[in-house]
Amino acid sequence: MDEHSPVFDLRPTTLISGLGRLSLMLGRTLLAFRYFFSSLHLVVNQMYHIGVKSIWLIMITSVFTGGVSAWQAAYQFKNYVPIRYLGGAVGKAVLIELAPVLTALVIAGRVGAGIAAEIGSMKVTEQIDAMESMSVDPIRYLVMPRFAAGIIMLPIITALADFIAIFGALLVAVSLIGVETETFMNGFKQLFTLSDFFSGLIKATAFGAIISMMGCYHGFFTSGGAQGVGASTTRAVVSSAVMVLIADYIMATLLFRI
Amino acid sequence: MIKVENLKKSFGRLEVLTGIDLEIQKGESVVVIGQSGCGKSVLLKHIIALLRPDEGSVVVDGQNVFELKHVDLMDFRKRVGVLFQFGALFDSMTVAENIGFCLKESLHMKPQQVKQIAEEKLALVGMKDVGHKMPSEISGGMKKRVALARAIATEPDIILYDEPTTGLDPISADMINELIVDVNKKLGVTSIAVTHDMASAYKIADRIIMLYEGKIVWDGTPDQIRQTDNAIVKQFITGSSTGPITVH
Repeated sequence: MDEHSPVFDLRPTTLISGLGRLSLMLGRTLLAFRYFFSSLHLVVNQMYHIGVKSIWLIMITSVFTGGVSAWQAAYQFKNYVPIRYLGGAVGKAVLIELAPVLTALVIAGRVGAGIAAEIGSMKVTEQIDAMESMSVDPIRYLVMPRFAAGIIMLPIITALADFIAIFGALLVAVSLIGVETETFMNGFKQLFTLSDFFSGLIKATAFGAIISMMGCYHGFFTSGGAQGVGASTTRAVVSSAVMVLIADYIMATLLFRI
Repeated sequence: MIKVENLKKSFGRLEVLTGIDLEIQKGESVVVIGQSGCGKSVLLKHIIALLRPDEGSVVVDGQNVFELKHVDLMDFRKRVGVLFQFGALFDSMTVAENIGFCLKESLHMKPQQVKQIAEEKLALVGMKDVGHKMPSEISGGMKKRVALARAIATEPDIILYDEPTTGLDPISADMINELIVDVNKKLGVTSIAVTHDMASAYKIADRIIMLYEGKIVWDGTPDQIRQTDNAIVKQFITGSSTGPITVH
């Protein structure tokens, strides 16, 4: 394993230096937000790539997520919980956990990998050196727009995923489980709180930051040609997924008090 | 004037530059030769502070480039054009956008002005009418010419050429060499080229420097290097596999 894989190399020295590099890049990215408005065209372009181009994928995964959660909830309710609570239970699970986390994992695969591959190939073909040699800061030009687009678009597509997943659950509940539409919706309304919905979006914002930063970080520290680009892509996806799940646990304990 | 003093650089345990001392006068065209992996490109990247040394300095017009503040380093880099080994053209942009990138993003010129300069520079390297093409749609030789047009777009004082003819057929390579000579003469720039192509070195150099084992082992004119008795230099310029240089 090469020196640029601290996420997987758990030796203390490499872990510390990797975290140091990541923190430094995050700090420089946050500082580059002073150019947000002058770089708006780059941010909008990334919002299109990260968000708009992911819509179909998110719609497909969400409708099945909702469907399977309705089916499994009904299976677990059998003989113990009245079926009128199905809408409420599925709705809550989708809003606070399933939609934010599964959307983030799908986006990590599609977008995180894409960012790492794009920046990684720019790195190994000296395009990033060329950019720096022309007095253009690659953090401002490449990283900040992707990071900004990640934190803007993840909550938006998570809200879409919420809607589609609940629709998928309703579809399965009505057509396969035999629950009335009204019963499902009443159950949903009964347990729905706006804070659950917004807590899910707050998580999605953090996941957007993690995915875009991991993609940029691993892309930036790519070395060794095509093989290096492949390795960076894998690292970006795996580290995004692991960090999303860790962040999910931490935020769940902070946002949802028992 | 560019003054490199006691420049040392290692990557892990690999010592690449072990103490380089070099002075380049304004307007001079210097070619750095040496085996692949001997540190030629590493030296070039230090001159523009894309790499930081373990020891030593690079002083350009009285300023150590490694001590410049971020803003001053950005200003310094605007005075330098770089032609990278494989062109390093941005593959998500057209040829014209590549040439205009620095003018637009760094010098904040107006789109009309950027377009005009891009067209001028493309014409200068004999590449009219390809501005709309993507880098993936043009040949290796054309990419080098576009990269040269991009390097001179800002009319820099210093141009760095990293292996300008590597991977080109002899005719395309000669065309690039002619362009470099022409550009250096027209713009009156200080240029540093690294190469292991001796035909290129003889054509564009006022002075040739050879790197071996991280140090300068030769510094002289093209005529002097042709007549040298230095066994290392002689083996390299004649391309012989036998001699003091061993290939690992």
